[in-house]
Amino acid sequence: MGAITKRKKNLALVYIVWGYIIWSLVPVVIAVIYSFNNGRSRTVWQGFSLRWWFTDPYASVFRNPETRNAITNSLVLAVATLFVVTPLGITLAIGSQRLRGRGGKVVQGLTSTPLITPEIVIGAALLITFTRLFTAVPLGFAAQLLGNVTFSLASVVVIVRARLVSIGPSFEEAARDLGASRWQALRFVLLPMLWPSIMASLVVVFATVIDDFVITSFLSAGVGSETVPLRIYSSVKGGATPALNALATLLVLTSFTVLIIGLFGLSTWRKRHGERGGLRAALADVTQLDS
Amino acid sequence: MKSSPRLWAGFAIPGTAWLLILFAIPFYAVACVAFGTIDPIFRDAVPQWNPIAWDFTQAQQVFTSLTTGPLRNVAVRTIAYVICAMTLCFIIGFPIAYFLARHAGKRKLLLLVLIIVPFWVNYLMRMLAWVNLLSNDGLFTRFMRIFGVNYNWLDGSPITVVLGLVYGYIPFLILPLYATLERLDWRLIDAARDLGANSRQAFRLVTVPMSKAGLVAAGILIALPMFGDYYTNDLLSRSPSTEMIGNQIDFFLNASTQPQNGALLVIALSMFLLLLMSFYLRSTRQQSRETTR
Repeated sequence: MGAITKRKKNLALVYIVWGYIIWSLVPVVIAVIYSFNNGRSRTVWQGFSLRWWFTDPYASVFRNPETRNAITNSLVLAVATLFVVTPLGITLAIGSQRLRGRGGKVVQGLTSTPLITPEIVIGAALLITFTRLFTAVPLGFAAQLLGNVTFSLASVVVIVRARLVSIGPSFEEAARDLGASRWQALRFVLLPMLWPSIMASLVVVFATVIDDFVITSFLSAGVGSETVPLRIYSSVKGGATPALNALATLLVLTSFTVLIIGLFGLSTWRKRHGERGGLRAALADVTQLDS
Repeated sequence: MKSSPRLWAGFAIPGTAWLLILFAIPFYAVACVAFGTIDPIFRDAVPQWNPIAWDFTQAQQVFTSLTTGPLRNVAVRTIAYVICAMTLCFIIGFPIAYFLARHAGKRKLLLLVLIIVPFWVNYLMRMLAWVNLLSNDGLFTRFMRIFGVNYNWLDGSPITVVLGLVYGYIPFLILPLYATLERLDWRLIDAARDLGANSRQAFRLVTVPMSKAGLVAAGILIALPMFGDYYTNDLLSRSPSTEMIGNQIDFFLNASTQPQNGALLVIALSMFLLLLMSFYLRSTRQQSRETTR
């Protein structure tokens, strides 16, 4: 095959890649643009305005009481999940990576299964559990918190465990040789080195929970525990105004803000600690791509 | 490190206990509802906590319904939609992952970032975007009318649902595919070319076999959530003519008075997916063996 046909073939690939990128992003960009529509339509442009964001006293995202309630619920749920799942996930990652024998295998199997179980199965199983077995847990915030922790625990374990593997045992062994107790080696040597993976899991879990629809919806108890995705879902089905687009845009902006802060934090940390830095390594931390 | 198994067990206990209580036991609870009985007066499901006394009459009914009865269409449709969507995902996703891994050059980081972006855009937002475009006076519908295509996209169209699934899940395929292809030893492909294979032969005889485990794993990784999907369908079609198994589970558990059927369908779906999962675990294990070799 000559050089020219080869370039032609690559050119076809280039078109596919850019075509895909346009296809995957342009509809979302259009939806964002229509959140600034001056009319009630989400499909016909009637001039620019901020009415669905701020100015409309009843319908705008930041002034509608139900929408504000959903935003608060989403943030509270995400932060609460982080507080529970982070310590739980870090200890489970360390424990499951170092346990040997059959016990270790069982624990590893148990931690990796939720990651590949469809959300509807987890949501349905927890709904049945909280309504018929653990009836002390009321549907709503408590059930949603327990459900989201269960679902996101596996991703924390995966991220932290990958870091544990790349660190290896030698630093702790060196600390022990120099007189540190096992606990001191964990606390002062291993834990600081785990920081990038902890930061990455904070970002990933926050984004997962704030975007979660299925589990949060199965375990919700009406308007009082409605989160932003639930509100978006129920409004898409009704005839909604561009305030819906604005709310969805806000959700996307929130996860991107967290992602960018996380990436920035990660690359600064790496630079300061003399690890290979840059956006690429930080992206790899967050997406679990070892490139 | 091996010297203190008790300490490491202590580390593993809280998380393991959490998963036992809130992941393993819930499956048992589903089974107890599924194989329980129905209250004769209130028609509500009465869970049977004792496995010895499990009653399988309703299970048999649901199973018959799934294989020969009214739920058969739903089951067949679910499998057909997932297969169509998966095939399209691979047709679109593989060249992209291949290009990123092999030919992206200087633009790699930029392209990678652009391809990761949809990952971080809420799924509902991405569906909402298409609901807007495909509605009766939406931009896409109006655009297609220029070409004389006057199609009611959002009214129970299987095409819309399958394309919606593709749009929704393809980012989750491209990244693992890219990771697999990135790890390949491309020198072997170059060697095949040097030894006389043409590019198609090298692709078929070297690239594909070497990345097979990764391809299977990536495919199953998106097949699993697709089989349990109900919201894509609900947002883009809302018609009984495109219902998938997830819609039935959602209906029975959240909107009907027959939670037992919902529990039974959850069990049926889980059993089916368990098969796929064991494939997945086997191919990831094979993959990690190949990379550590």
